[in-house]
Amino acid sequence: MTDFPVIAVLAPFAATVAAPFAARRFGRHTGWLLALVPAAIFVWTWTFLPLDPFSVHTVAIPWASSMGLEFAFLLDGLSVAFVLLITGIGALVVIYAGGYLGADPRLGRFYVFLLAFMGAMLGVVLADNLITLFVFWELTSLCSYLLIGFDHERAEARASALKALLVTGLGGLLLLAGFLLMIIAGEQLGLSPELAGKISGLATVDLQGHPFYHGILILVILGCITKSAQVPFHFWLPAAMAGPTPVSAYLHSATMVKAGVYLLARLSPQLGGTPEWAWSLGLIGLVTMLTGALATLGQRDMKRVLAYSTLAVLGTLVMLLGVGTEYAVKTAVVYLVAHAMYKAALFMVAGNVDHETGTRELHRLGGLRRLMPWTAAAGILAALSKAGAPPMFGFIGKELLYKTKLDIEVLGAWAIMASVVANVALVASALMVSVWPFLGRRNETPKKPHEAPLSMLFGAVILAFMGLGRGLMPHPFETRLGSAAASAILGRPVEMHLKLWHGVDPAALTVLGLSLATLALGWGLYAMIRARVAPLGPALRSAFTCGPSRLYELLLRGLYAGADRITRLIQSGRLRSYVLVTLVFAVLVAAPPLLRALGAEPVAAHEGWRVHEVVVGLLVLLAALAATLVRSRLATLMLLGVVGTGMGLLFVLFSAPDLALTQVMIEVLTVVILAMVLYRLPAVVRRSGLATRLRDVAVALGVGGMMALFVVVASRVTRDPAVSEFFLANSVPAAQGRNVVNVILVDFRAMDTLGEITVLAAAGLGVMALLRLGAGRAGREDGS
Amino acid sequence: MRDSLILRTATRLLMPLLLLFSFFELLRGHNEPGGGFVGGLLAAGSLCLYLLAHGPEATRRVLRIDPRTLIGSGLLAALGAGLAPLFLGRPFLTGLWAKQPVPGIGKVSTVLLFDVGVYLVVAGTTLLMVLTLSDRGDGEEEP
Repeated sequence: MTDFPVIAVLAPFAATVAAPFAARRFGRHTGWLLALVPAAIFVWTWTFLPLDPFSVHTVAIPWASSMGLEFAFLLDGLSVAFVLLITGIGALVVIYAGGYLGADPRLGRFYVFLLAFMGAMLGVVLADNLITLFVFWELTSLCSYLLIGFDHERAEARASALKALLVTGLGGLLLLAGFLLMIIAGEQLGLSPELAGKISGLATVDLQGHPFYHGILILVILGCITKSAQVPFHFWLPAAMAGPTPVSAYLHSATMVKAGVYLLARLSPQLGGTPEWAWSLGLIGLVTMLTGALATLGQRDMKRVLAYSTLAVLGTLVMLLGVGTEYAVKTAVVYLVAHAMYKAALFMVAGNVDHETGTRELHRLGGLRRLMPWTAAAGILAALSKAGAPPMFGFIGKELLYKTKLDIEVLGAWAIMASVVANVALVASALMVSVWPFLGRRNETPKKPHEAPLSMLFGAVILAFMGLGRGLMPHPFETRLGSAAASAILGRPVEMHLKLWHGVDPAALTVLGLSLATLALGWGLYAMIRARVAPLGPALRSAFTCGPSRLYELLLRGLYAGADRITRLIQSGRLRSYVLVTLVFAVLVAAPPLLRALGAEPVAAHEGWRVHEVVVGLLVLLAALAATLVRSRLATLMLLGVVGTGMGLLFVLFSAPDLALTQVMIEVLTVVILAMVLYRLPAVVRRSGLATRLRDVAVALGVGGMMALFVVVASRVTRDPAVSEFFLANSVPAAQGRNVVNVILVDFRAMDTLGEITVLAAAGLGVMALLRLGAGRAGREDGS
Repeated sequence: MRDSLILRTATRLLMPLLLLFSFFELLRGHNEPGGGFVGGLLAAGSLCLYLLAHGPEATRRVLRIDPRTLIGSGLLAALGAGLAPLFLGRPFLTGLWAKQPVPGIGKVSTVLLFDVGVYLVVAGTTLLMVLTLSDRGDGEEEP
């Protein structure tokens, strides 16, 4: 069990390596193979059940021990519940994607993104260390960006992907700040750096009483609500539907958007339980729930209906976590699991409809039950769970929800009313995505529909029937997992008891009455929408989608415009002004401290000049002077070559053979490269005016003087002899090399070298790209 | 610029020598002046000479390998040298040395592999720049 988190997180990443090859070899059947990875993790996790309500397993691998950083993981009821969702639904989505993308040549790439996302998500829910969690958190945003923008040739997909990345990225930064504050606060409360960085460690101190608490709370909440698409950051989620359907089913309903909910749940023991927590999350959740639920009614695209209803559910979950009573937390756990299952199923169903008929527009669909019986069955079952109809798992969730609302003090009556309104809308939307396309009269569709292939039915059918099974037999869920998950959120052991039928006490009957009334009202609302009586449609759509989204677009446009202006200001495109600015700036910055250092003591004259040293020095000086006076570029270049080679010679004279060798080679190659460039330039040189030339002389003298100063000062600095002595003493015994310079490069400081050659490679590729681009442009201009 | 018989003839003799010398620099770098960086520059320099004498097309033919492949394999070699000790439970980039020296090369080690990586990246990058530049020159010259 101790190795489990590490292996579980690494396995999907390892699978990404194999994915492209598998996709090339097995095509549309790849999914069945790759699904083995998440399925194996799922089964392994399953063997941990039934979980002890308050068992926590932690494991830590040192990362940067000097900073108290570890890759720390923990395994308790909450993380196990999420791992099961991520890998279980993940396996089904992987299979589904094979059928959905089919013979698409980009299938391999898709699986790489999807599996990487899965690994990142597992990292998020298994992480114990906050920084570890943050790294995986950001990875999920990045993978989400790649997946939403998978059809990168469509402008809409790119814009949506960017929107999701910017919003969740902003949240990520705020979250990091919140985490850092938490770590500092933990250390101030007497924890060791290792413990202060860990969620399990922070549970032992009173963060709520620390002066940073409010800052932490605001930052963490902002991080979570951007990720989980709460108002006013909700607009990226419906836009994310531009991604392929398997992505919507997996990331934007079942898993990634739940990361924010997960983190709120995870940090409930550390940060929760205060009025600030309850009110802020309660209000945000409430508003999101209403916004999402009402906005579904205006949508006519199956995926967008589902997207907005996802918002409503996320809002509900956030609200429940804000309320934070034992009952609310249990409700959140049930609702979370129920939602993940039916929503993933519904997205797959919507994908099947889209795939087979060529449209997701509801008014073009109808009567598909005969042609796509399995899809229809799965869709209707899942929608029943979504609507909260007995005996589905969703029904239990909704019953609990109403019961929670009846019990709570925060928001009280408002919460129950809002919940009823939201759930009526959700029932109507559930009917919209199930009854509308599958029952009734058959409509003409762009493609002639057939039943979807097995790979695309598998997941939807399994998930839909599991919703039914869980509803009829909730007992295994609560004892094996639910109690443990709720205990982890509450930070104390609790037990969960789920029932379809609560008997006949007044409270239970009130709840049941509310449930049934919701269903009836929802049905009525749906009938109104179908009859086009309801004045909803466009009005609702604009009311709930414009505000923050418009603001985002304005901000983005402003950012682009600002960047444009700054770029135009500092990127004039003239090499000369770049060089001028850089050099003048360098002189201004470096000269004062150098002059101060020089002022301390006079320069000692060098004793014992030898003739050849003087000759080489004079040669260098003469060549440099001549380079400024000759009128041919090529001659200037040759003279600069003389300067460089002369420097190389000086290195030889002062016993630095490695430097000399490198200097000479660099000189040769520089001359060759520059000659190639200069050879192509027009021969006529436009002379600058006198003022400009005088300015250039001044700058050149300044830079030369600064460099001379620098050399003089540098030669006087007494270095710490311990460093060079260490290298000299250890070069042969530890690194088996007598050339200390090279040993430093490839052994002692090899990490730096590795970074340098990476930069070098990137620079080389950049040069090539720039030149090719320039050549391409020139060619196009010639052709036109 | 290209029609120099002297340059061509000299290149035919000089290029292999320079290339050989670059390997020599690479291998002896650990104990004497030299190393992957200079070696890579020398290798690139030798091919530059060939480029000046015969032009970019011929140079690409002689080189056979795309410079980008050189860069990639160099980075992989250096990274591999870094990762190898991890499998033995040692820190990233720890030098591992073979017990017996290999005739003609000397002591083989991951440090040498790292230096080979540096050599390839430096040579590849330089060649990539030079070849791209010279290609471009030709493109403008032809019409």
